[in-house]
Amino acid sequence: MTIALENEVDAAAARAAAVARPSVWKRLSQNMSVRIGGAMVLVMVLIGLAAPLLGTIDPARIDPTTRNRKPGVEVTVRNDDGTRTTRTVHMGTDSLGRDIYSRVLYGARVSLIVGISVASLSIVIGVFIGLVSGYIRWLDGIVMRIMDGLMAIPGILLAIGLVSLFRAGLGTVIFAIVVPEIPRVVRLVRSVVLSVREEPYVEAAISVGTPLPKILWRHILPNTIAPVIVQGTFICGAAILAEATLSFLGIGIPTDTPTWGNIMAEGRQFFRVHPHNILYPAIFLAITVLAVNMLGDGLRDTLDPKMSKRV
Amino acid sequence: MFAFIARRLVATIPVLLFVAIFVFMLLRLTPGDPAAVIAGDNATSDQVAAIRAKLGLDEPLHTQFFIWSGKALAGDFGESFFFKKTVAELIVQRIEPTAMLALCTLILAVSIAVPLGVLAAARQGGWVDRAIMGFSVLGFSVPVFVVGYLLIYLFAIQWGLLPVQGYRRIAEGFGDFIIRLILPSVTLAVIYIALISRITRASVIETLGEDYIRTARAKGLPGRTVLLRHALRNAAVPIITVIGIGIALLIGGVVVTESVYNIPGVGRLTVDAVLARDFPVIQVVILMFSFVYVLINLVIDIAYSFFDPRIRY
Repeated sequence: MTIALENEVDAAAARAAAVARPSVWKRLSQNMSVRIGGAMVLVMVLIGLAAPLLGTIDPARIDPTTRNRKPGVEVTVRNDDGTRTTRTVHMGTDSLGRDIYSRVLYGARVSLIVGISVASLSIVIGVFIGLVSGYIRWLDGIVMRIMDGLMAIPGILLAIGLVSLFRAGLGTVIFAIVVPEIPRVVRLVRSVVLSVREEPYVEAAISVGTPLPKILWRHILPNTIAPVIVQGTFICGAAILAEATLSFLGIGIPTDTPTWGNIMAEGRQFFRVHPHNILYPAIFLAITVLAVNMLGDGLRDTLDPKMSKRV
Repeated sequence: MFAFIARRLVATIPVLLFVAIFVFMLLRLTPGDPAAVIAGDNATSDQVAAIRAKLGLDEPLHTQFFIWSGKALAGDFGESFFFKKTVAELIVQRIEPTAMLALCTLILAVSIAVPLGVLAAARQGGWVDRAIMGFSVLGFSVPVFVVGYLLIYLFAIQWGLLPVQGYRRIAEGFGDFIIRLILPSVTLAVIYIALISRITRASVIETLGEDYIRTARAKGLPGRTVLLRHALRNAAVPIITVIGIGIALLIGGVVVTESVYNIPGVGRLTVDAVLARDFPVIQVVILMFSFVYVLINLVIDIAYSFFDPRIRY
């Protein structure tokens, strides 16, 4: 009798929970920040992918006769075979006569590649170190001291130091931005591991002789997914900003690659007369990072409500 | 209490040691011979050999580290091969603009961000709150140099209110000094304001849910007193922590802001040093900024135990 009653109560509780907590996808799709941020990110990805189809020309094409044109002006370019083509430069040209519109659109590719690679790399490495360090006690002390040490160096400064070590390039920049982000992921994952490892189901897994890698993979790792996805989104935004900053300072990706930071770095000299060189890449950059951050905010509110209290 | 301070100090040592080792290894990790890197492209093999002997590069790695750190502790950071001066001299020359810029930004950011955060918390969910938080997200998304150029464009070029770029030492007149520092400080403050106001809001909202706030309201205290004397005071710890952690953002921002506004500070020096592959300077700059960052956070940590007797470590 009592047991039956309890079962009924449990079933009722489960039903109530099911009603109050719709599926993750449903909750995500109902969140305004996720919708707006996600849509904006999607648009940027499409722009990056479809850059050659959107009326662009070769972003590296130098044309001395059409230098420093204002946005919206019509320019006539003489082609190699002697014919002339007239087109409108929507965002003007830079001091070498390159088309800013084409450069900005192609620049979206680099920014998104950097953002996504940095986020995934720092998550994979950070989750691995965090899991191992959080679960294996004797490693924990050493690993966390190294992480503390890495965190003691301000992120951009650490990246600058690492960039100075190697030849400038996309790989170097990604590496230099990943390293400062790793300790943050490790700390997050470790804190989850420390709270989860005392749970009864982990104890149960240990008592039936589950091997360590399987415990980490099957029982601990799933708990870190939600906070790590949230963190990864913010890292993606921060990485896009960091790449632009490094390129802007002239120590990032080589200047012949069109990135938003490079376009702005080249625009610095003529900024007083031709602010469009900085304006357009800046708008794209700000919108992209804003979109990623909004997506992150929305993900945090839906996936990890505990975390939204902290920040 | 003193035991706590001692423990905290001891815990700082491995962190600083790690930074020192990292910075030391920076030059040793560069592809190629560090002596050749320091000597530059036009050096003769004799010069390279002389530098190698001077730096003790023939010694084993740990001996090299002890030589290097011993010299560093005595204030000898070697010589910049690009600027042809000792690094210590170079840093001393460049420190004033950077310190002033950071100080102005800090004052500006805290005095704007904390009231904004409290206001947002008091109007939680209202349009004031949404506007402030919207600004905060925007502040995180726009890079420092874009804010800088936007402000230069509006205030210096369009309206001609403030000088475009440059720096005047404080000794050359306070008026000139401060007027050139307005735009850089505001530029750098934006992201910091975004960070602090967000934390202030979250922290105040959390304390507003406490029982003693209800008690204070119930005994008829005016809303402002409750908000400032009861809520903000108890919300202070996370806010001050974030101000400390935000110093890292500030340092990164200094590097960029000094480049935008042509300020001859340590940040500008960092960029010039990387472009010239001037490793002795890069090492010292990273070392110095990291130590400042760690020590400020150490002081903040210790300060808690003075200001907040509830905190027992």
